[in-house]
Amino acid sequence: MNFKKQFKEGLLTNNPVLVQLLGMCSTMAITTTLFNGIGMGISVLVILTCSNIVIALMRKIIPNKIRIASFIVVIAGFVTIVDLILQAFLPDLSDSLGVFIPLIVVNCIILGRAEAYAYKNSVLASAVDGVCQGIGYTVALVIMCVVRELLGNGTFGTGVLGAEGIRIIPEGYPALLVILPFGGFITLGCLIAAAQYYLNRSKNKEVSK
Amino acid sequence: MSFTEIVSLALGAILVENFILSQFLGICPFMGVSKKMDTALGMGVAVTFVMGVASAACYAIDLLLIKLGLEYMQTVAFILVIAALVQLVEMFLQKSMPSLYQALGIYLPLITTNCAVLGVALLNSQNHYNFLGSVVYGVTGGLGFTLAIVLFASVRERMEFADPPEAFEGFPIALVAAGLIALAFMGFQGLSIFA
Repeated sequence: MNFKKQFKEGLLTNNPVLVQLLGMCSTMAITTTLFNGIGMGISVLVILTCSNIVIALMRKIIPNKIRIASFIVVIAGFVTIVDLILQAFLPDLSDSLGVFIPLIVVNCIILGRAEAYAYKNSVLASAVDGVCQGIGYTVALVIMCVVRELLGNGTFGTGVLGAEGIRIIPEGYPALLVILPFGGFITLGCLIAAAQYYLNRSKNKEVSK
Repeated sequence: MSFTEIVSLALGAILVENFILSQFLGICPFMGVSKKMDTALGMGVAVTFVMGVASAACYAIDLLLIKLGLEYMQTVAFILVIAALVQLVEMFLQKSMPSLYQALGIYLPLITTNCAVLGVALLNSQNHYNFLGSVVYGVTGGLGFTLAIVLFASVRERMEFADPPEAFEGFPIALVAAGLIALAFMGFQGLSIFA
Protein backbone atom coordinates (compact mmCIF):
# COMPACT_ATOMS: atom_id res chain seq x y z
CA MET A 1 0.00 0.00 0.00
CA ASN A 2 1.32 3.36 -0.97
CA PHE A 3 0.09 6.05 1.38
CA LYS A 4 2.07 8.86 -0.22
CA LYS A 5 0.75 8.09 -3.69
CA GLN A 6 -2.84 7.94 -2.45
CA PHE A 7 -2.40 11.27 -0.71
CA LYS A 8 -1.04 12.94 -3.84
CA GLU A 9 -3.87 11.48 -5.89
CA GLY A 10 -6.54 12.75 -3.51
CA LEU A 11 -5.02 16.18 -3.24
CA LEU A 12 -4.03 16.84 -6.81
CA THR A 13 -3.80 14.34 -9.65
CA ASN A 14 -7.14 12.66 -8.91
CA ASN A 15 -8.78 15.40 -6.84
CA PRO A 16 -12.51 14.61 -6.48
CA VAL A 17 -13.65 18.12 -7.42
CA LEU A 18 -10.97 19.44 -9.75
CA VAL A 19 -10.18 16.29 -11.74
CA GLN A 20 -12.98 13.76 -11.21
CA LEU A 21 -15.53 16.61 -11.44
CA LEU A 22 -17.75 15.17 -8.70
CA GLY A 23 -19.77 16.89 -6.01
CA MET A 24 -20.30 20.11 -7.96
CA CYS A 25 -23.52 21.18 -6.22
CA SER A 26 -22.12 21.67 -2.75
CA THR A 27 -18.82 23.01 -4.10
CA MET A 28 -20.59 25.95 -5.67
CA ALA A 29 -23.51 26.40 -3.30
CA ILE A 30 -21.93 26.72 0.12
CA THR A 31 -18.51 28.23 -0.61
CA THR A 32 -19.33 31.77 0.44
CA THR A 33 -17.43 31.92 3.75
CA LEU A 34 -14.39 30.03 5.03
CA PHE A 35 -16.40 28.71 7.99
CA ASN A 36 -18.93 27.03 5.69
CA GLY A 37 -16.23 25.54 3.50
CA ILE A 38 -14.24 24.01 6.35
CA GLY A 39 -17.41 22.74 8.07
CA MET A 40 -18.72 21.12 4.92
CA GLY A 41 -15.30 19.71 4.00
CA ILE A 42 -14.80 18.05 7.39
CA SER A 43 -18.36 16.69 7.45
CA VAL A 44 -17.82 15.05 4.07
CA LEU A 45 -14.39 13.78 5.14
CA VAL A 46 -15.86 12.06 8.20
CA ILE A 47 -18.82 10.59 6.33
CA LEU A 48 -16.65 9.46 3.43
CA THR A 49 -14.13 7.74 5.70
CA CYS A 50 -16.79 6.00 7.82
CA SER A 51 -18.84 4.82 4.86
CA ASN A 52 -15.69 3.63 3.06
CA ILE A 53 -14.72 1.56 6.12
CA VAL A 54 -18.18 0.02 6.54
CA ILE A 55 -18.57 -0.75 2.85
CA ALA A 56 -15.09 -2.30 2.68
CA LEU A 57 -15.98 -4.44 5.71
CA MET A 58 -19.19 -5.62 4.08
CA ARG A 59 -17.94 -5.90 0.52
CA LYS A 60 -18.04 -9.72 0.56
CA ILE A 61 -21.57 -9.85 2.02
CA ILE A 62 -23.27 -7.28 -0.22
CA PRO A 63 -24.60 -8.96 -3.37
CA ASN A 64 -23.51 -7.28 -6.59
CA LYS A 65 -27.03 -6.55 -7.81
CA ILE A 66 -28.22 -4.47 -4.89
CA ARG A 67 -24.89 -2.86 -4.06
CA ILE A 68 -25.90 0.72 -4.98
CA ALA A 69 -29.00 0.59 -2.78
CA SER A 70 -26.92 -0.83 0.09
CA PHE A 71 -24.29 1.89 -0.33
CA ILE A 72 -26.97 4.57 -0.18
CA VAL A 73 -28.44 3.18 3.04
CA VAL A 74 -25.00 3.08 4.71
CA ILE A 75 -24.21 6.62 3.55
CA ALA A 76 -27.62 7.95 4.59
CA GLY A 77 -27.10 6.49 8.06
CA PHE A 78 -23.79 8.33 8.54
CA VAL A 79 -25.19 11.55 7.06
CA THR A 80 -28.03 11.46 9.59
CA ILE A 81 -25.54 11.01 12.43
CA VAL A 82 -23.42 13.97 11.28
CA ASP A 83 -26.53 16.08 10.68
CA LEU A 84 -27.78 15.49 14.22
CA ILE A 85 -24.33 16.17 15.74
CA LEU A 86 -24.05 19.47 13.85
CA GLN A 87 -27.57 20.52 14.89
CA ALA A 88 -26.69 19.85 18.51
CA PHE A 89 -23.18 21.30 18.77
CA LEU A 90 -22.77 23.71 15.85
CA PRO A 91 -26.25 25.14 15.19
CA ASP A 92 -24.82 28.14 13.32
CA LEU A 93 -23.05 25.92 10.81
CA SER A 94 -26.10 23.70 10.52
CA ASP A 95 -28.26 26.74 9.72
CA SER A 96 -25.97 28.19 7.10
CA LEU A 97 -25.36 24.88 5.30
CA GLY A 98 -29.08 24.11 5.51
CA VAL A 99 -30.36 21.54 3.08
CA PHE A 100 -26.87 20.74 1.82
CA ILE A 101 -26.04 18.61 4.88
CA PRO A 102 -28.75 15.99 4.23
CA LEU A 103 -27.90 16.30 0.55
CA ILE A 104 -24.45 14.82 1.24
CA VAL A 105 -26.32 11.51 0.77
CA VAL A 106 -26.47 12.14 -2.95
CA ASN A 107 -23.03 13.73 -3.17
CA CYS A 108 -21.48 11.75 -6.01
CA ILE A 109 -18.03 11.75 -4.34
CA ILE A 110 -19.11 9.40 -1.57
CA LEU A 111 -21.10 7.03 -3.77
CA GLY A 112 -18.36 7.24 -6.39
CA ARG A 113 -15.60 6.23 -3.95
CA ALA A 114 -17.76 3.42 -2.54
CA GLU A 115 -18.30 2.01 -6.01
CA ALA A 116 -14.83 2.65 -7.44
CA TYR A 117 -12.67 1.94 -4.41
CA ALA A 118 -14.17 0.67 -1.15
CA TYR A 119 -16.12 -2.16 -2.80
CA LYS A 120 -12.89 -3.59 -4.25
CA ASN A 121 -10.20 -2.87 -1.64
CA SER A 122 -9.23 -3.75 1.92
CA VAL A 123 -10.55 -1.91 4.95
CA LEU A 124 -7.32 -0.06 5.74
CA ALA A 125 -6.75 1.03 2.15
CA SER A 126 -10.35 2.22 1.91
CA ALA A 127 -10.05 4.22 5.12
CA VAL A 128 -6.89 5.91 3.82
CA ASP A 129 -8.62 6.56 0.52
CA GLY A 130 -11.55 8.15 2.36
CA VAL A 131 -9.25 10.47 4.32
CA CYS A 132 -7.20 11.46 1.25
CA GLN A 133 -10.19 12.12 -0.99
CA GLY A 134 -11.87 13.99 1.85
CA ILE A 135 -8.82 16.21 2.27
CA GLY A 136 -8.78 16.83 -1.48
CA TYR A 137 -12.43 17.87 -1.37
CA THR A 138 -11.84 20.13 1.65
CA VAL A 139 -8.86 21.81 0.01
CA ALA A 140 -10.86 22.52 -3.16
CA LEU A 141 -13.69 23.97 -1.06
CA VAL A 142 -11.32 26.13 0.97
CA ILE A 143 -9.71 27.58 -2.17
CA MET A 144 -13.18 28.39 -3.56
CA CYS A 145 -14.20 29.98 -0.25
CA VAL A 146 -11.09 32.12 0.10
CA VAL A 147 -11.36 33.44 -3.46
CA ARG A 148 -15.09 34.11 -3.33
CA GLU A 149 -15.08 35.63 0.13
CA LEU A 150 -12.14 37.90 -0.68
CA LEU A 151 -13.50 39.16 -4.00
CA GLY A 152 -17.17 39.19 -3.07
CA ASN A 153 -17.10 40.42 0.51
CA GLY A 154 -13.57 41.76 0.90
CA THR A 155 -12.87 39.69 4.02
CA PHE A 156 -10.85 36.63 4.95
CA GLY A 157 -11.83 33.89 7.39
CA THR A 158 -15.37 34.92 8.38
CA GLY A 159 -16.48 32.73 11.28
CA VAL A 160 -13.03 31.20 11.70
CA LEU A 161 -10.94 34.27 12.59
CA GLY A 162 -13.56 36.24 14.48
CA ALA A 163 -17.20 36.69 13.57
CA GLU A 164 -16.54 39.34 10.92
CA GLY A 165 -13.26 37.97 9.59
CA ILE A 166 -10.32 40.18 8.63
CA ARG A 167 -11.20 42.96 6.21
CA ILE A 168 -8.72 43.11 3.35
CA ILE A 169 -10.55 45.07 0.68
CA PRO A 170 -12.25 48.21 2.04
CA GLU A 171 -16.02 48.32 2.08
CA GLY A 172 -17.71 49.46 -1.11
CA TYR A 173 -15.12 47.92 -3.43
CA PRO A 174 -15.82 44.14 -3.34
CA ALA A 175 -17.99 42.74 -6.16
CA LEU A 176 -21.01 41.11 -4.56
CA LEU A 177 -21.52 39.22 -7.82
CA VAL A 178 -18.81 36.72 -6.86
CA ILE A 179 -20.84 35.54 -3.86
CA LEU A 180 -23.93 35.06 -6.07
CA PRO A 181 -24.54 31.90 -8.14
CA PHE A 182 -22.89 33.47 -11.19
CA GLY A 183 -19.63 33.81 -9.26
CA GLY A 184 -19.83 30.19 -8.13
CA PHE A 185 -19.89 28.89 -11.70
CA ILE A 186 -17.12 31.20 -12.92
CA THR A 187 -14.82 30.61 -9.93
CA LEU A 188 -15.12 26.85 -10.22
CA GLY A 189 -14.57 27.07 -13.99
CA CYS A 190 -11.36 29.04 -13.50
CA LEU A 191 -10.18 26.73 -10.72
CA ILE A 192 -10.67 23.61 -12.85
CA ALA A 193 -8.97 25.38 -15.75
CA ALA A 194 -5.98 26.07 -13.49
CA ALA A 195 -5.86 22.41 -12.48
CA GLN A 196 -6.02 21.33 -16.12
CA TYR A 197 -3.26 23.78 -17.01
CA TYR A 198 -1.02 22.43 -14.26
CA LEU A 199 -1.68 18.75 -15.11
CA ASN A 200 -1.16 19.35 -18.85
CA ARG A 201 2.14 21.11 -18.17
CA SER A 202 3.47 18.38 -15.89
CA LYS A 203 2.40 15.76 -18.45
CA ASN A 204 4.24 17.64 -21.24
CA LYS A 205 7.33 17.86 -19.06
CA GLU A 206 7.35 14.11 -18.56
CA VAL A 207 6.98 13.53 -22.30
CA SER A 208 9.84 15.88 -23.19
CA LYS A 209 12.10 14.19 -20.65
CA MET B 1 -53.18 27.68 -0.38
CA SER B 2 -54.77 30.32 -2.53
CA PHE B 3 -54.45 30.50 -6.28
CA THR B 4 -52.15 33.52 -6.21
CA GLU B 5 -49.82 31.77 -3.78
CA ILE B 6 -49.66 28.76 -6.07
CA VAL B 7 -48.88 30.91 -9.11
CA SER B 8 -46.14 32.85 -7.38
CA LEU B 9 -44.69 29.60 -6.00
CA ALA B 10 -44.64 28.14 -9.52
CA LEU B 11 -43.14 31.27 -11.05
CA GLY B 12 -40.52 31.37 -8.34
CA ALA B 13 -39.52 27.74 -8.85
CA ILE B 14 -39.20 28.11 -12.63
CA LEU B 15 -37.54 31.50 -12.98
CA VAL B 16 -36.53 33.37 -9.84
CA GLU B 17 -35.19 30.52 -7.73
CA ASN B 18 -34.35 28.14 -10.52
CA PHE B 19 -33.13 24.84 -9.04
CA ILE B 20 -29.94 24.75 -11.06
CA LEU B 21 -29.06 28.34 -11.68
CA SER B 22 -29.78 29.84 -8.31
CA GLN B 23 -29.98 26.99 -5.79
CA PHE B 24 -27.25 24.73 -7.20
CA LEU B 25 -29.32 21.56 -7.04
CA GLY B 26 -28.88 19.00 -9.79
CA ILE B 27 -25.61 20.24 -11.27
CA CYS B 28 -24.31 16.75 -12.13
CA PRO B 29 -26.96 15.82 -14.72
CA PHE B 30 -26.98 19.47 -15.84
CA MET B 31 -23.33 19.17 -16.80
CA GLY B 32 -23.44 15.49 -17.80
CA VAL B 33 -26.47 15.23 -20.09
CA SER B 34 -26.41 18.62 -21.77
CA LYS B 35 -24.21 17.84 -24.77
CA LYS B 36 -27.18 17.18 -27.06
CA MET B 37 -30.54 18.89 -27.26
CA ASP B 38 -32.82 15.83 -27.47
CA THR B 39 -31.26 13.88 -24.58
CA ALA B 40 -31.33 17.06 -22.50
CA LEU B 41 -35.04 17.42 -23.16
CA GLY B 42 -35.70 13.75 -22.36
CA MET B 43 -33.75 14.07 -19.12
CA GLY B 44 -35.68 17.20 -18.21
CA VAL B 45 -39.02 15.49 -18.75
CA ALA B 46 -37.98 12.42 -16.74
CA VAL B 47 -36.67 14.55 -13.87
CA THR B 48 -39.84 16.68 -13.85
CA PHE B 49 -41.95 13.56 -13.62
CA VAL B 50 -39.86 12.02 -10.83
CA MET B 51 -39.76 15.30 -8.90
CA GLY B 52 -43.54 15.62 -9.07
CA VAL B 53 -44.23 12.07 -7.95
CA ALA B 54 -41.45 12.17 -5.33
CA SER B 55 -42.90 15.37 -3.83
CA ALA B 56 -46.28 13.69 -3.43
CA ALA B 57 -44.85 10.44 -2.05
CA CYS B 58 -42.44 12.17 0.34
CA TYR B 59 -45.25 14.40 1.62
CA ALA B 60 -47.12 11.26 2.69
CA ILE B 61 -43.98 9.67 4.16
CA ASP B 62 -43.19 12.85 6.06
CA LEU B 63 -46.66 12.87 7.66
CA LEU B 64 -46.18 9.24 8.65
CA LEU B 65 -42.73 9.91 10.15
CA ILE B 66 -44.00 12.87 12.16
CA LYS B 67 -46.88 10.79 13.46
CA LEU B 68 -44.49 8.06 14.58
CA GLY B 69 -42.01 10.57 16.01
CA LEU B 70 -39.25 9.43 13.66
CA GLU B 71 -38.35 12.78 12.04
CA TYR B 72 -34.66 12.00 12.32
CA MET B 73 -35.13 9.16 9.82
CA GLN B 74 -36.27 11.66 7.17
CA THR B 75 -33.15 11.56 4.99
CA VAL B 76 -32.96 7.77 4.97
CA ALA B 77 -36.68 7.33 4.32
CA PHE B 78 -36.77 9.92 1.53
CA ILE B 79 -33.82 8.49 -0.36
CA LEU B 80 -35.27 4.98 -0.20
CA VAL B 81 -38.65 6.20 -1.50
CA ILE B 82 -36.94 8.07 -4.31
CA ALA B 83 -34.79 5.06 -5.25
CA ALA B 84 -37.88 2.84 -5.38
CA LEU B 85 -39.75 5.43 -7.45
CA VAL B 86 -36.97 5.74 -9.97
CA GLN B 87 -36.85 1.96 -10.29
CA LEU B 88 -40.61 1.98 -10.95
CA VAL B 89 -40.33 4.71 -13.57
CA GLU B 90 -37.54 2.76 -15.21
CA MET B 91 -39.60 -0.42 -15.42
CA PHE B 92 -42.62 1.51 -16.70
CA LEU B 93 -40.63 3.27 -19.43
CA GLN B 94 -38.94 0.02 -20.47
CA LYS B 95 -42.35 -1.59 -21.07
CA SER B 96 -44.33 1.29 -22.52
CA MET B 97 -41.85 3.69 -24.11
CA PRO B 98 -38.77 1.68 -25.09
CA SER B 99 -37.45 4.42 -27.40
CA LEU B 100 -37.24 7.03 -24.63
CA TYR B 101 -35.85 4.38 -22.30
CA GLN B 102 -33.01 3.68 -24.75
CA ALA B 103 -32.30 7.37 -25.28
CA LEU B 104 -31.94 8.07 -21.55
CA GLY B 105 -29.83 4.96 -20.97
CA ILE B 106 -27.55 5.15 -17.94
CA TYR B 107 -28.90 8.53 -16.87
CA LEU B 108 -32.28 7.13 -15.87
CA PRO B 109 -31.09 5.21 -12.76
CA LEU B 110 -28.83 8.17 -11.97
CA ILE B 111 -31.90 10.32 -11.29
CA THR B 112 -31.85 8.68 -7.85
CA THR B 113 -28.69 10.57 -7.00
CA ASN B 114 -29.90 13.82 -8.55
CA CYS B 115 -29.84 16.24 -5.66
CA ALA B 116 -32.72 18.21 -7.14
CA VAL B 117 -35.08 15.31 -6.37
CA LEU B 118 -34.00 14.77 -2.75
CA GLY B 119 -33.63 18.54 -2.44
CA VAL B 120 -37.22 19.24 -3.42
CA ALA B 121 -38.50 16.67 -0.92
CA LEU B 122 -36.42 18.20 1.89
CA LEU B 123 -37.35 21.77 0.96
CA ASN B 124 -41.06 20.88 0.88
CA SER B 125 -40.76 19.50 4.38
CA GLN B 126 -38.67 22.46 5.63
CA ASN B 127 -41.02 25.07 4.21
CA HIS B 128 -44.12 23.22 5.46
CA TYR B 129 -45.90 23.27 2.13
CA ASN B 130 -49.25 21.44 2.08
CA PHE B 131 -49.92 18.60 -0.35
CA LEU B 132 -50.91 20.80 -3.29
CA GLY B 133 -48.03 23.18 -2.64
CA SER B 134 -45.53 20.31 -2.50
CA VAL B 135 -46.66 18.83 -5.80
CA VAL B 136 -46.73 22.23 -7.52
CA TYR B 137 -43.25 23.06 -6.20
CA GLY B 138 -41.97 19.64 -7.35
CA VAL B 139 -43.41 19.85 -10.87
CA THR B 140 -42.50 23.50 -11.47
CA GLY B 141 -39.04 22.94 -10.01
CA GLY B 142 -38.68 20.16 -12.59
CA LEU B 143 -39.89 22.50 -15.33
CA GLY B 144 -37.27 25.02 -14.23
CA PHE B 145 -34.66 22.26 -14.43
CA THR B 146 -35.86 21.40 -17.95
CA LEU B 147 -35.75 25.02 -19.04
CA ALA B 148 -32.21 25.48 -17.75
CA ILE B 149 -30.85 22.23 -19.19
CA VAL B 150 -32.43 22.84 -22.63
CA LEU B 151 -31.08 26.40 -22.78
CA PHE B 152 -27.67 25.16 -21.72
CA ALA B 153 -27.69 22.32 -24.28
CA SER B 154 -28.37 24.76 -27.08
CA VAL B 155 -25.48 26.94 -25.95
CA ARG B 156 -23.24 23.91 -25.68
CA GLU B 157 -24.08 22.69 -29.18
CA ARG B 158 -22.73 25.97 -30.54
CA MET B 159 -19.74 25.87 -28.24
CA GLU B 160 -18.53 22.70 -29.99
CA PHE B 161 -17.22 24.94 -32.78
CA ALA B 162 -15.54 27.46 -30.51
CA ASP B 163 -11.84 27.41 -29.79
CA PRO B 164 -11.14 28.23 -26.13
CA PRO B 165 -7.66 28.38 -24.57
CA GLU B 166 -6.22 24.92 -23.97
CA ALA B 167 -6.65 24.98 -20.20
CA PHE B 168 -10.31 25.94 -20.51
CA GLU B 169 -11.20 23.20 -22.99
CA GLY B 170 -14.11 20.95 -22.09
CA PHE B 171 -15.53 21.31 -18.64
CA PRO B 172 -14.25 24.73 -17.48
CA ILE B 173 -15.59 26.64 -20.47
CA ALA B 174 -18.95 24.91 -20.00
CA LEU B 175 -19.00 26.11 -16.40
CA VAL B 176 -18.27 29.65 -17.51
CA ALA B 177 -21.13 29.45 -20.03
CA ALA B 178 -23.43 28.16 -17.27
CA GLY B 179 -22.32 31.10 -15.14
CA LEU B 180 -23.37 33.51 -17.87
CA ILE B 181 -26.80 31.84 -18.09
CA ALA B 182 -27.08 32.17 -14.30
CA LEU B 183 -26.24 35.85 -14.66
CA ALA B 184 -29.05 36.22 -17.21
CA PHE B 185 -31.46 34.46 -14.85
CA MET B 186 -30.53 36.91 -12.10
CA GLY B 187 -32.53 39.39 -14.14
CA PHE B 188 -35.66 37.60 -12.94
CA GLN B 189 -34.89 38.50 -9.35
CA GLY B 190 -37.41 40.94 -8.01
CA LEU B 191 -39.96 39.60 -10.43
CA SER B 192 -43.11 39.09 -8.46
CA ILE B 193 -46.70 39.33 -9.53
CA PHE B 194 -49.53 39.87 -7.04
CA ALA B 195 -47.06 40.92 -4.38
